[in-house]
Amino acid sequence: MPLYYDEDQAMLAESAQQFMAEEGAIAKQLRHWRDRDCKDGFGHGLWKQFAEMGFTGMLVDEDDGGLGMGHVEAGIVLEQIGRNLTPSPFLSSSVLAATALKHGSDDVRGRWLPGLIEGEKVYSVAIDEGAKHRPETIACKAEKSGNGFRLSGKKDFVVYGASSEMIVVAARTSGSDSDADGITLFAVPQDASGMSHDSVRLVDSSMASHVTFDGVELDGDAVIGEVDGGREVLNAMLMAGRVGAAAEGVGVAQGAMDMTVDYLKQRKQFGKLIGEFQALQHRAAHLYSEVEIARAVTIKAAQLLDGGSEKADLMASVAKAKVAKAAGLAVKEGVQMHGGIGMTDEYDIGLYMKRDRALQEFLGDQYYHAGRVAEMSGY
Amino acid sequence: MSDLESFRAETREWLEANCPPEMREAVRDEGDVYWGGRNAKFKNDAQKAWFEACRDKGYTVPEWPKEYGGAGLNPAEGKILRQEMARIGARPPLSSFGIWMLGPALLHFGTEGQKQRFLNEIANGEIRWCQGYSEPGSGSDLVSMQTFGEDKGDHWIVNGQKIWTSYADEADWIFCLVRTDKQNKYQGITFMLFDMAGEGVSTKPIKLISGNSPFCETFFDDVKVPKSYGEDIPAYVGEINRGWDVAKYLLGHEREMISGAGGGDRTAAIGAAMKRNAGELDPVLRAELAQFDVDALSYAAMGEKFLDELKVGKAHPAQPNMMKYVGTELNKRRHELMMAAGGSRALEWESEETSGGKPSRNWLRTKANSIEGGTSEVMLNVISKRILDLPGA
Ligand SMILES: Cc1cc2nc3c(=O)[nH]c(=O)nc-3n(C[C@H](O)[C@H](O)[C@H](O)COP(=O)(O)OP(=O)(O)OC[C@H]3O[C@@H](n4cnc5c(N)ncnc54)[C@H](O)[C@@H]3O)c2cc1C
Ligand SMILES: Cc1cc2nc3c(=O)[nH]c(=O)nc-3n(C[C@H](O)[C@H](O)[C@H](O)COP(=O)(O)OP(=O)(O)OC[C@H]3O[C@@H](n4cnc5c(N)ncnc54)[C@H](O)[C@@H]3O)c2cc1C
Repeated sequence: MPLYYDEDQAMLAESAQQFMAEEGAIAKQLRHWRDRDCKDGFGHGLWKQFAEMGFTGMLVDEDDGGLGMGHVEAGIVLEQIGRNLTPSPFLSSSVLAATALKHGSDDVRGRWLPGLIEGEKVYSVAIDEGAKHRPETIACKAEKSGNGFRLSGKKDFVVYGASSEMIVVAARTSGSDSDADGITLFAVPQDASGMSHDSVRLVDSSMASHVTFDGVELDGDAVIGEVDGGREVLNAMLMAGRVGAAAEGVGVAQGAMDMTVDYLKQRKQFGKLIGEFQALQHRAAHLYSEVEIARAVTIKAAQLLDGGSEKADLMASVAKAKVAKAAGLAVKEGVQMHGGIGMTDEYDIGLYMKRDRALQEFLGDQYYHAGRVAEMSGY
Repeated sequence: MSDLESFRAETREWLEANCPPEMREAVRDEGDVYWGGRNAKFKNDAQKAWFEACRDKGYTVPEWPKEYGGAGLNPAEGKILRQEMARIGARPPLSSFGIWMLGPALLHFGTEGQKQRFLNEIANGEIRWCQGYSEPGSGSDLVSMQTFGEDKGDHWIVNGQKIWTSYADEADWIFCLVRTDKQNKYQGITFMLFDMAGEGVSTKPIKLISGNSPFCETFFDDVKVPKSYGEDIPAYVGEINRGWDVAKYLLGHEREMISGAGGGDRTAAIGAAMKRNAGELDPVLRAELAQFDVDALSYAAMGEKFLDELKVGKAHPAQPNMMKYVGTELNKRRHELMMAAGGSRALEWESEETSGGKPSRNWLRTKANSIEGGTSEVMLNVISKRILDLPGA
């Protein structure tokens, strides 16, 4: 398979680009909701439009009413989300939660998928327990209770958690905190009693919750997949989410770079366009190289994931780490090359820096993933 | 089974039958590389058998048309062959500037007669070529070159000097930039092809910091270059005084080759091998290796994407410059880390254990990667100008 978009994918890329540039634009979405101090942090109207575009259920199997597309396609949408800094539950709902739900029973899928596909409902995922992403250790407990389970513990960095109709929670049903086995995934509905959110605004204006589960009673049918067999589902979610976050990061990097290169062609100092200074040219050219490479490895990881390759896990980490480096460079160079105006809230380049920072942490930063690459490679 | 799947199966079978085990080991030194040419010698029977099997099948240049010595593979088949060769670690059967540089230029600009003759000679490993571009006063600013060919009707008399001419002392023929119009900087260069055995051509090897002497000063002293080698076989590529276009086109292919985009050692992760050699890794070195491996594996994906796009005309025409910049900087970093992991053993210049100082000599050799074929700074200039469209670049 060649490592570029086929015809259908190229068409999707074009329509996603156009759609997001119009409907998901910074002024229309990010600034709009931020400046109104919106508690959701995103627009439900746009989520409906995502559904009309066929985005919300793109990863869902056709038998379940979705489009049965793959991670290359999801990545195409995410790159445009990143480029426009569009606040959207797409990554949490349509990539992470949708991947979990794929492993659910007929009942679970029937209960949750239609609302997602129609853009009526928003879902999130609760994985992290602490300020850093360490999914190897899961302490949040679900104990057998009657026909169901009793969930207790805390989760962090649950993006859009307080606005979600359902949260996919990774909890321990047996073994000790750092065991690979003994994990179970639960679909926890918004109205579950004993669940509480401490919802906070993050640096990029998105909303995330610290969620507390205080003896939340769940039916047996809240289980997604097998009891104690959730690690496999969790890993599938993580791979999908990491590749998706990488794709969004590529968009952030590209957006920041485009703005900056444009600026170099407009701003004059010393009687010249600043883009004439070789000191800036070389840095811009280096940045271009890094962004191109970040995109290539992200598409590669998505292709491997779609093909069910054994290498997908490794390459998902490679992609997440590489994109973090490239996007981090793009936003830092972006602000620097803008000079003073780059430090102003009025100007968009700083918004890219903020979004990048949040995306860096989501599902593991570059240090976590580079470490993982070393471990998986045997050193 | 689809056509491609059956092609993969056939290829796997063919490689199994024809690629000797010795030819599946990593290339350790120059002697492991077969360059072809009039004076070529095989290092061993395995090298000979592998070369001949590939030559007969058109696999020294698999994607060239069959009539010019190739196998006429389409891009998808070519990719499968590369993948299957990489899978078993097969060495290239034949390496040459003819394959990487002159061949692509002839395929694009050559006459039918030139293609029939020169491409077949290259594919069959009969003639080894060298590249006469750089001069003492003209490196990055190549177009300022001065070597001059005086028009004598049916031939030129060429005088001047080239420098850094890789393997000039071992090559049979040279593709050479010669000024044929002193008034016209860009449109006064002719891209000539001539025999290094001719009267007036001499070479003087230059020793590199690695201790090896793979390149030379090349002197032209009243060298007579005929304008034609027979019907439809002019001694120049493209048109007279329009050699700069050919030169630039060829540089794109040279940069693509130096970039290592095709995979193999140049895009591989190294951390695991370093750990095997070093035992324990210092934690900070381990971290550096992990960062390197992230970059190397990402670059491998970029190489794959670049080549796939190139084959179908989707790649930006200046993209080889980006690939060369990143690939060579990465290779330098690779060898820095290999030296660090190797410790004092890697410092040995002549010992048996290091096969004659391989680690340190290879490390020093890689420093040329970001100079030869155009420096990293020049690559960044080209990206600024042609891809980013920055002003005044
Ligand atoms: C927080 C903050 C507080 C400030 N406080 C004050 C203050 O109190 N009083 C005051 O007078 N000013 C103040 N400034 C302004 C500050 O001094 C300028 O922002 C700074 O000098 C850069 O100028 P500029 O913003 O116009 O950027 P520009 O000069 O337009 O630079 C844009 C980019 O081009 C690069 N560039 C420009 N020329 C060249 C060149 N020749 N070669 C290579 N690269 C070049 C720059 O390095 C930069 O990356 C403040 C700025 C900030 C951000
Ligand atoms: C191992 C090796 C093999 C080679 N093989 C061949 C061969 O087979 N045939 C052949 O013709 N040539 C060959 N070369 C020559 C090679 O192409 C030149 O060395 C190269 O083009 C650089 O030219 P230069 O050495 O004159 O350096 P210079 O051009 O003098 O450069 C010196 C420094 O200045 C920098 N610089 C120059 N111009 C600019 C600019 N505009 N902006 C910013 N920085 C700039 C360069 O990047 C470099 O760092 C080989 C070189 C090496 C090292």
